[in-house]
Amino acid sequence: MSAEAPDSLDGPVEAPSVAFRRVTKRYPGADEPALAELELEVPGGEICVFVGPSGSGKTTAMRMVNRMVEITEGDILVGSTSVRQRSPAQLRREMGYVIQQIGLFPHRTVADNIATVPRLLGWDRKRVEARVEELLELVRIDPALRDRYPAQLSGGQQQRVGVARALAANPGVMLMDEPFGAVDPSNRERLQNEFLRLQAEVRKTILFVTHDIDEAIKMGDRIAILREGGRLAQYATPAELLMAPADDFVEDFVGADRALKRLALMRVSDIDLWEAPLAHVGQATSEARAKLPEAEVPYVLVIDAERRPLGWLSDDDLLAETVPAKPGTSPDPVLELDDVMRDALSDLLQAETRYAPVVDSEGRIAGVLSVEIISEFLTSPEALTEERPAAERPLG
Amino acid sequence: MIPVIAATVKVMLPLAQLPSNFVHHHSTTTCVAENRFFCADWAAHNFDRYVDPALKQALLVSVSVAVGFTVAMGLALLSHRQPKLAPTFTGLTGVLYTVPSVAFFFLLLPITGFGTDTAVIALSAYTLQIIYRNIVAGLANVPEEAKDAGRGMGMSQRDLLWRVELPLAVPEIVAGLRVATVSTVALATLAFFAGAGGLGQQIYSDLTFKTNIIIAGGLAMLMAILFDLVLLVIQRLATPWLRAGAS
Repeated sequence: MSAEAPDSLDGPVEAPSVAFRRVTKRYPGADEPALAELELEVPGGEICVFVGPSGSGKTTAMRMVNRMVEITEGDILVGSTSVRQRSPAQLRREMGYVIQQIGLFPHRTVADNIATVPRLLGWDRKRVEARVEELLELVRIDPALRDRYPAQLSGGQQQRVGVARALAANPGVMLMDEPFGAVDPSNRERLQNEFLRLQAEVRKTILFVTHDIDEAIKMGDRIAILREGGRLAQYATPAELLMAPADDFVEDFVGADRALKRLALMRVSDIDLWEAPLAHVGQATSEARAKLPEAEVPYVLVIDAERRPLGWLSDDDLLAETVPAKPGTSPDPVLELDDVMRDALSDLLQAETRYAPVVDSEGRIAGVLSVEIISEFLTSPEALTEERPAAERPLG
Repeated sequence: MIPVIAATVKVMLPLAQLPSNFVHHHSTTTCVAENRFFCADWAAHNFDRYVDPALKQALLVSVSVAVGFTVAMGLALLSHRQPKLAPTFTGLTGVLYTVPSVAFFFLLLPITGFGTDTAVIALSAYTLQIIYRNIVAGLANVPEEAKDAGRGMGMSQRDLLWRVELPLAVPEIVAGLRVATVSTVALATLAFFAGAGGLGQQIYSDLTFKTNIIIAGGLAMLMAILFDLVLLVIQRLATPWLRAGAS
């Protein structure tokens, strides 16, 4: 990557927060508002996914940020500036814009498509050229394709050119309306993973619209679930959404088993487990207590001579002199490394416990699985790319 | 059909100031005397007399189509901005198109006089309907997502029009121009009624002499084909993406 080029811009520009302040959209003649008093804040550099059924105002909400739709009441702040104080054209040139049908200009080459906004901004030719090359590399499009027309590209390539075009003037904010909607399902997952890796590199503030809750959980740092009538049902991280849906609507929409189906493809051994402080029966409790402040798991696990888990030390146990053979808190559920992750999570949730010891085939302690590990896994791009190492390789 | 035309020509004679006894001056060869289908010998010797009228007609067609295109483009852009105007413009250009051509020349004579101006006005009026409709259709067929993406990236209406909508409408606009041009070549053979000369003058100067009809008519057809080819080449040069897509 040509990091020394003057316009290797991704990074230095601070991605601003985007705040909705009681934003309402009413269309003339409609009884219900398309969006009702939306109030939420997307922190800079994060992906916020707007998800909901059709008619929930998710696209309307996104399109108000760059004034493709005018705000009826309320305000949207990008950084500290109201979008209402900006001219629409200028505002839009500072924001990346990707739509479902991609909307590449069929009469322009790949390079010319990508150069759209830099040219509107009046960049000189050399700067535009350099930027186009940099972006082709960033989205992993073979530079030989730069003079092709969109009709000559595959769906996946078109999608990546669309993203490159949106990134061209290094916007702080990206608006993406079902950006993977037109890509066939077999390529979608790969493009999603690529995009998450790209985002880890460029760290934009992204407002992302989808109707697919699985995509929302995969892509979002935060998810705004909207319901009919343009009302916000819940705004939370994916893990929070899975663990604590705000109401029946959200619970239905999230559809627990669908959200968890990705976990059905994994085993406990596929994930990095945590370590609990360990104690042997008969050991002095003071030693176990000493390990607690620095431990990942804030409880002491008692093991026998074969390193099999016997239970967790309860608060009462910690006050005793030595570690008992029958600790106050049962070790259940005890999980195995070969357990399917989804089952492991459901064991955890059913037992209403946050930590479960994991043992190997001989029953010896191998680590501890926690709800946090799973929710972190669900949201981390690193973990997602590990699933498919083949997708890591650049084209050509 | 022939008697009608002959009658028209008779009526028009004082207007069009035809050369008299066009054939008889040259009735020296048997071919001409017998008025055979085509007298190559005569054609070779008399081809010169067709060159100027042909050039004049080509110019007449070019100017008329250019004027028609300019006006139609203006109307199309107005109705693109202000869609309420579209039915009015469609109606207006449609009505113009229904006026019989020869009648049009005569209607204009008192206003614009005898000469090229009258012919250009009438001929360009006929092109309006086809060109206008095609420009409007071309603009309407620009993919919505391309326009949305353009606006979403901060293009002004003007940017969008010149950088996205018009380039993408080129195939339909040129298609309209081709039809309009070919039909104008044909109509322009009547322009001599308005005093604008052209190949029509040669044709009607002696409707009985077959060689004359064949040369003048053939030149008019050739002209139509050449215009069409030129426009086809222009279209291909202006739309490289269409061929690229097919490959």
